[in-house]
Amino acid sequence: MEEFLFAFLNGDILREAWPILWQGFLYTLALSAITVPLGLAGGVILALLSTSGPRGIRLAAAAWTDLFRAIPPLVLLVFLYAGLPFAGIDVGAWGAVAIGFFLNTGAYYGEVLRAGIGSVPAGQMEAARSTGLTRGQALRHVILPQAVRNVLPDLVSNTLEVVKLTSIASVVALPELLFQARQAQNATYNATPIVAAAVAYFLLLWPLVRLISRLENKAMAGR
Amino acid sequence: MTRPAPSPAAAATRPIVDARGLWKRFGPLTVLKGVDLSVAERELVFIIGPSGSGKSTLLRCLNRLEEPDDGSIHVDGIELLSRATDINAARRRIGMVFQSFNLYPHMTARQNVMLALRKVLKQERAQAEEAAARALDRVGLAERMDHYPAQLSGGQQQRVAIARAIALEPRVMLFDEPTSALDPELVGGVLAVMRELRQDGMTMVVVSHEMAFAKAAADRVVFMADGEKLEEGPPAQIFGDPRHERTRAFIRQIDRH
Repeated sequence: MEEFLFAFLNGDILREAWPILWQGFLYTLALSAITVPLGLAGGVILALLSTSGPRGIRLAAAAWTDLFRAIPPLVLLVFLYAGLPFAGIDVGAWGAVAIGFFLNTGAYYGEVLRAGIGSVPAGQMEAARSTGLTRGQALRHVILPQAVRNVLPDLVSNTLEVVKLTSIASVVALPELLFQARQAQNATYNATPIVAAAVAYFLLLWPLVRLISRLENKAMAGR
Repeated sequence: MTRPAPSPAAAATRPIVDARGLWKRFGPLTVLKGVDLSVAERELVFIIGPSGSGKSTLLRCLNRLEEPDDGSIHVDGIELLSRATDINAARRRIGMVFQSFNLYPHMTARQNVMLALRKVLKQERAQAEEAAARALDRVGLAERMDHYPAQLSGGQQQRVAIARAIALEPRVMLFDEPTSALDPELVGGVLAVMRELRQDGMTMVVVSHEMAFAKAAADRVVFMADGEKLEEGPPAQIFGDPRHERTRAFIRQIDRH
């Protein structure tokens, strides 16, 4: 027992590692604050193109979505960060993260939102258009609000995955939480920093998990 | 483009709706086969016919929710099918009420009415709120303004839908089976609102199976079958002395219900 506490819940080690763990936590927060909105924006664009564009655009959006769901995000990130410079394009670490997540999580959010738009009855668009609203106005004020509501649990669930996925940013030299924890572990030969990172992720994501359950219960009750 | 001379009856008042030679195909199915329909100002025209006759499609062509393959549609002097026509501007003058109400479920009754006032007519919030309140009052729902559609009965929802359309002060109102989705005891309230609109001089085109209402309120009844207009005339003639065999069969069948 004492050995277990020493290896996993070691107060001295935690105190020592705290500064870099805190820094990593801030990086993870910043990465999430960038990747979630970018992914959502990409998702909205893809969902609109794949449901409401002309036929050619719809097909292109669907192919785009397939492509970026099939490419592992880690590969995409490494390519953007370490591959593009060979073409004379250097987007930097943050640029690579922004572009990579826009492409990857945008494709996932896009699929969720597309399903949401598909769940809104066709009569809603017809009613809106019959009053003189343009297609864009109808999408914005009538279709999208209902679409988002219909897939809210899935959107939040996807967001959870995006936050966890930010840990891959360490491959482009952004010292996020998991990376810092491993650094601390290597320096101290002790697993406590990893446990601390797990607790930090939990505290960050648990509210989202609760939110999903509540939304799902509400959706069930609404049936 | 030359147009056929108007019939003597229609010459008295310029028709508000003037559709000519409408054709519509869905894949292998031809649902409109060169249909003409002209509606004069303040006229209430009833379109009846068996299901699949094309009557709803005809109505939906009149605000271009359905795109005819051929023909022309003038509404209030504007050619709807011309590429140069701003269809959104034209639709402001054409109100439509649907069988399934199609209220926006995430908005209150008043917000449902306000949306187009704000976004299409670009009214200020206060002005739109007032106009929406007036429209809802006209359909007898002033007290339910802040209710969401799910909190209203089917009849009340349909009256909100009517308010949403009339708030834009359209020149003509299209009704696509407005009472077909309603429980029998809720039909009366919707018909009462339609009767009042009629008394206020609204031009109306109604696709419906409410024959009693047609007999009492319609100026003209159009009978359609298989994508063609087979017969039209005053309700007394269509219901009392139909000329066409198909009309006779249809009326007999309806009367039995």
